Amino acid sequence: MEQFAPVRRSKDGQPVRYLIVDDSVFARKNLTRIIEAFGGQLAGEAGDGVMAVSEYERTRPDIVLMDITMPQMEGIEAAEKIVQKHPDARIVMVSSVGYQENIVAALQRGARHFVQKPVKPEVLYEVIKYVLGDDASVASAAGAGA
Amino acid sequence: MKMELIQPFINAADAVLAQGLQSPIAIGSISMEEEAYRRKGIAALIWLTGDIEGRIVLDLDSKTATKIASEFGGTQLPESDQLVREAVCELANQVIGNAVTTLNDQGFRFRVHPPVLHTSDHGTKNSEDTEAMVMCFETTAGNVYMNIALRYCEDTNLPRAAGAAAGR
Repeated sequence: MEQFAPVRRSKDGQPVRYLIVDDSVFARKNLTRIIEAFGGQLAGEAGDGVMAVSEYERTRPDIVLMDITMPQMEGIEAAEKIVQKHPDARIVMVSSVGYQENIVAALQRGARHFVQKPVKPEVLYEVIKYVLGDDASVASAAGAGA
Repeated sequence: MKMELIQPFINAADAVLAQGLQSPIAIGSISMEEEAYRRKGIAALIWLTGDIEGRIVLDLDSKTATKIASEFGGTQLPESDQLVREAVCELANQVIGNAVTTLNDQGFRFRVHPPVLHTSDHGTKNSEDTEAMVMCFETTAGNVYMNIALRYCEDTNLPRAAGAAAGR
């Protein structure tokens, strides 16, 4: 995979912490590999929306990467529940179903951005930096070439 | 089964496989299947309900599935690994999700159900209006088969289908 300059938290220089929510173990492993290439750290994972809400409470991540189509509770509803309680939560929807109604519904209910699967690491990298804004800084790293 | 329903699935499979494998894909044989579905290897099945109803099966032999899962996952996986089966489901999810996005933009509304592993050797025989089309995608990792059996849901979608066709 392409090398990326590590994205750190501005306030303390620590790695950005991610909660990854997807009903596919394979998709979660793939996303973990990608966020680690960004210098990020896995704070937790969940396989459905219900678990996502409880894992958010437990881990308080900097970013949530949330699938939409999942059993028990879908991603858009989970995002809404998290944002209702934590308005500053940063949730990026990551789904293969990228039609406009889905995107608009997700954004209206609190998600900050949408990335369509299959995930291109360079696209997600830019989205992460955009969503974190001033709360992130891109560390200069030898050999990093994003 | 009309080509306007099939083309988005061909385009999506082509795009998802080419991106994941970082190599071009060729479309091999295309055939109609009137008999009951026969599984070739590891198969993921996704149901669609709504304006268009039916099912799509993505089917790979075990070696091809392992190569593709390893390539998509960025690490060599053993053939027996559960992750290989998970990868086939995720691949189906991505192909169908992308195709559904295109069809939705054409005015069709439906629900995509989560992928399930198809474990029996045979599927149900297709009815006349849902005969299956089987496509073979030739990749550097081996052949990927997509078996599509879809039909317009009669109550809701004739006007919409006509509108979609007229709108292109």
